Amino acid sequence: MAIDREEIEKIATLARIKLDEQQIPQVTQSISDILALVDQMQSVDTDGVTAMANPLDATQRLRPDEVTERDERDAFQGIAPNAESGLYLVPKVIE
Amino acid sequence: MQWETVIGLEVHVQLATQSKIFSASSTQFGAEPNTQACALDLAMPGTLPVLNQQAVNYAIMLGLAINADINPLSVFERKNYFYPDLPKGYQTSQLEEPIVGPGVVNIQLPDGSHKAIRIHHAHLEEDAGKSLHEDFHGMSGIDLNRAGTPLIEIVSEPDMRSKEEAVAFAKKLHAIVTCLGISDGDMSQGSMRFDVNVSIRPKGEQTLGTRTETKNLNSFRFMEEAIVLEVERQIDLVEDGLKVKQETRLYDSDKKQSRSMRSKEEANDYRYFPCPDLLPVAIAQDHIESIRQSLPELPDAKQQRFIDSYGLSEADAAQLCDDRATADYFEIVAKETDDARLAANWIMGELSAKLNRESIAISHSPITASQLAKLLLRIKDNTISGKIAKQVFESMWQEGSDPDDIIEKQGLKQLSDSGAIETMVDEVLAQNPDMVDEYLAEQVEKKKKKKFNAIVGRVMQASKGKANPGQVNQILQQKLSR
Repeated sequence: MAIDREEIEKIATLARIKLDEQQIPQVTQSISDILALVDQMQSVDTDGVTAMANPLDATQRLRPDEVTERDERDAFQGIAPNAESGLYLVPKVIE
Repeated sequence: MQWETVIGLEVHVQLATQSKIFSASSTQFGAEPNTQACALDLAMPGTLPVLNQQAVNYAIMLGLAINADINPLSVFERKNYFYPDLPKGYQTSQLEEPIVGPGVVNIQLPDGSHKAIRIHHAHLEEDAGKSLHEDFHGMSGIDLNRAGTPLIEIVSEPDMRSKEEAVAFAKKLHAIVTCLGISDGDMSQGSMRFDVNVSIRPKGEQTLGTRTETKNLNSFRFMEEAIVLEVERQIDLVEDGLKVKQETRLYDSDKKQSRSMRSKEEANDYRYFPCPDLLPVAIAQDHIESIRQSLPELPDAKQQRFIDSYGLSEADAAQLCDDRATADYFEIVAKETDDARLAANWIMGELSAKLNRESIAISHSPITASQLAKLLLRIKDNTISGKIAKQVFESMWQEGSDPDDIIEKQGLKQLSDSGAIETMVDEVLAQNPDMVDEYLAEQVEKKKKKKFNAIVGRVMQASKGKANPGQVNQILQQKLSR
């Protein structure tokens, strides 16, 4: 399955990845190659096989509902680019 | 043209766990910003989520309460989107294999009729943090205390046809989760939030119209307002020959307006995939059964019991069972006064009016159930009249003190000494001969009754409301019929 330029641009936007103009043909080619591999895998007959959510033959372990974390805000905010009044500051985003 | 409204709800309920869904940080509301956000909540590299057992149990309880199947193997997935209050770049949620399968919630409408609303599924997920957009020199402030708080999202089928049905459904879910004790249900703290999907179609049409989703409504009233507004907007569009666009909208409860937030085709591509950091969650049948055994009484059963054992009307029982705290409060007052009707009247009347006016939850009522019971007992033993009781209630609310102390201190004890009342009646009759004459001359039964009551009023006034109204009536009746 081939993928077109328009779709590559849309995926890049969703993933917040900036692609240079000259990168686009190469990325388009790489992803098309991957999709070709997927196509090939899809030709395998999987009727009656349940989709697998995880390759490990194991299930999730649960933890008791207890608070064991301490407040380490100062340490975390010490390495943050910008913090004030206990808040992490980020470029303004309003939808 | 006649339009039909079609509504589906997505309800986010914060689960009342101590710690977060994937980390051992506290979920307590109101802490200093970011003091309850650990390395995992901040999405630091190298951290791994570990699922909270209690969040799973709460989800199972909800599933059982709505007659849903519990998925023996449910799967967490990553819902990818970018927003600063979601530092991982994805929300850990469920999609293909949610923990709770299809179920049903029965609602009762204001006209007394019943309707079953189907639940599509309910899934576990984590809450995001909070963005504060004011006052940071053009930057936004991020508080991640809420990030990772466990939520269960309950998704209904588009089975509701009016705002009344939507509100009844939302209230019923609130009653269920508070009865189960899986959420505190405190809407003012965001413990329950609604996304409303609304579409319209010509009456009789079978296919659904294009829907919009209004997000993040945090009260029943705002939800109702948003529905009214959206239905009007869509009808206007269609009647002007335009099309409803599928989009997400935000409702501004101050301005009573809504606006488009983003169009679906652009941003709604969340690229879900199974979360590689979490294994499938297996739930054994015997675990489900043991939870089933320990389920508390659910709102429908409670309502029926209130009707059967307290003799309440269906409407009263329904109102009292709206939330667990009110039902518990009622049961204490009813038991301590041995008068369910009186208890119900006061709780639904005086108390709830006062709580509403001051926006206080009944669980934080300044008058406890036992104190109210004590006050009502004073009405029953004729220490005070119902009218004076309202005055005492007011003082109890202000001062938080014992009703007996207030009655004593303010000298409000009801006057039941028939000699003293008789003296008062005589005085009033002597001072108001014209009223007496008018009463005696009146022929029309209804008017006569009114004039009689006016004289009773004067006597009550003279006694500063303390005379026993029954006795005043009786004595006055005797005097005037001579």
